[in-house]
Amino acid sequence: MNFLHFMSANRQQIIELTLEHIQLAGVSTLIAALAGIPLGIVITRIPALSKLIIGGANVIQTIPSLALFGFLIPAPWIGERASRLAILALALYGLLPLIRNTYAGIRGVDPAVVEAGRAMGLTDRQLLFQVELPLASGVIVAGVRIAAVLSIGLATIAAAIGAGGLGEFIFRGLAMVSNQVILAGAVPAALLALAADLLLGLLERRLNSFWLKA
Amino acid sequence: MPLTVNATANEAANNGIAIEFDRVSFSLNGRRLLENLSLTVSQGETLVLLGRSGSGKTTTLKLINGLLMPVAGEVRIGGRSSANWDPIRLRRSVGYVIQDGGLFPHFTVERNIGLVPRVEGWEGARIEARVRELLGLVGLDVELASRYPRELSGGQRQRVGVARALAADPPILILDEAFSALDPITRSEMQKEFHQLQQRMRKAVVFVTHDLREAVRLADRIVLMESGRAVVNLPSEEFSRSEHPLVRAYREAFSEPTETATKKKTRESP
Repeated sequence: MNFLHFMSANRQQIIELTLEHIQLAGVSTLIAALAGIPLGIVITRIPALSKLIIGGANVIQTIPSLALFGFLIPAPWIGERASRLAILALALYGLLPLIRNTYAGIRGVDPAVVEAGRAMGLTDRQLLFQVELPLASGVIVAGVRIAAVLSIGLATIAAAIGAGGLGEFIFRGLAMVSNQVILAGAVPAALLALAADLLLGLLERRLNSFWLKA
Repeated sequence: MPLTVNATANEAANNGIAIEFDRVSFSLNGRRLLENLSLTVSQGETLVLLGRSGSGKTTTLKLINGLLMPVAGEVRIGGRSSANWDPIRLRRSVGYVIQDGGLFPHFTVERNIGLVPRVEGWEGARIEARVRELLGLVGLDVELASRYPRELSGGQRQRVGVARALAADPPILILDEAFSALDPITRSEMQKEFHQLQQRMRKAVVFVTHDLREAVRLADRIVLMESGRAVVNLPSEEFSRSEHPLVRAYREAFSEPTETATKKKTRESP
C-alpha cells in the first residue's frame, strides 16, 4: 500500500523519468540499428571482415557498463552532455545483437531462392532489398528486440553519470536505503522492458510467419 | 550496342543459332566438372541434357546464363561470348525455371511473375496485362495472382515458375529438373503442355532431366552427359534407337520392371 501511495504522490516525476528513459533507450536502439544493420550486411558481402567486426562488437559487450560510461567521458562533444554519452554507450551495447542477427538472418535465407534471384538478373542491390532483407527481417527484428530490452535495462545505470531516466530513483533509493524509492524506478523500467519485448516479439512473429512459411 | 531482350531475340533469330558451346571446359576447386563440351541450340529447338546427378547438366545451364564462366573455350549466346555480355542483361534474356519453381516466398504470384518486367522498368498496367496473359498461357486461373507460393499446389507453383521465366519474353529458356518434384500425373500434364507451348513460342530451350521418358517426350535433340562430357548427341528419334551402351543402359533402367523380368525369363527358357 505504501509503495502505491509513494508512486501516486510522485507520479509527475515518475512519468518524466519514464519518458527520459524511453528517449535514452529508444534513441540508442535506433542508432544501434542504423549502424548495426549496415555492418551486418557488409560482413555478408565481405566475409573476411566478419570475424573482425563481430569480434569487436563482442569485446564492447564485455566492458562493464559503468566502465564504458567512464571511458567515454573524455570524448569531445559526446562527453559534454551526460545524455549524449549515455546514448552512445547504450548504442554500442546494442551493436552486437544487431550485427549478429542481420548477418545470421541474411545468411539463413534459402540459397535456392537467392540463386533464383541472381539467375533472373537481379542486381546485387535488388537482391538485397527485394529478397534478402525482407526474408531476413524476422531475424533482424529479433536483434532489435534484444538490443531494445538490453538498452532499457542498462539505461538505469546511466543515471550514475547524471543522464537521467528511471535509474535516478534506483540510485536515490540505494542512497536512502529505501525499497519503495528503488521500486519506483525498477518497476516502471521492468514494465518498459516487458512492453518492448512483447511488441517487438509480436512484430517478429508476424514477419516470420508472413515471409518464411514456404 | 545496347541490347534489349527483344533485340537479342531478333539477332539470334537472324543467324539461327541461339546458344553455342565451343569446346567448353569448367572446373571448380580443382575438380573438372565439364570437359571439352561442344553443342549448339537453334532458335525454336528443344535440347535435352540427360544424365545422372553430377554429370555436369546443371553446370552447363549455369554457363548459359553466366552464373558460371568457362575456364576454357567459349559459350556464345546470341552470337556473343558470354564473357562479353553484361551478366545482368544476359540473365534477363535467359528465362530460368528450377525445381519446385524456386519462387520468392514473400511475393505474391503476380509479383513473382512480374519481377523481371518490374526491374526492367515496365509500367504497372503493362506488367499487370502481361501477368494475366502469362497466367492464361500456363493454364492458371487469374484469381491466383494475389496468392502466395505457399498457398499453391506443387503443380501450380511449377506453372508460376514457367510463367515467371517467360515474363520478359526472353529468346532462351533453360529448365533445371523443372518437373522432377511433381507427382507423375501432374508431371505428365506439365510435359504435354510445355511441349505445346514450345510449339507456339519457338524459343531456344535447354531442358535438364535425368528422366529418359521426359527427354524423349520433349526433345528435338538429346545430349547424354556422363562425367562432364557429352557422350551422345543425337536427334530425339535417333537417340531412341541408338545402340550406344549408355543409351541402352538408360533404356533398360526406364523399361517396366515386370516387362524386363518376363523378357529375361523368355530369353533364358530356350
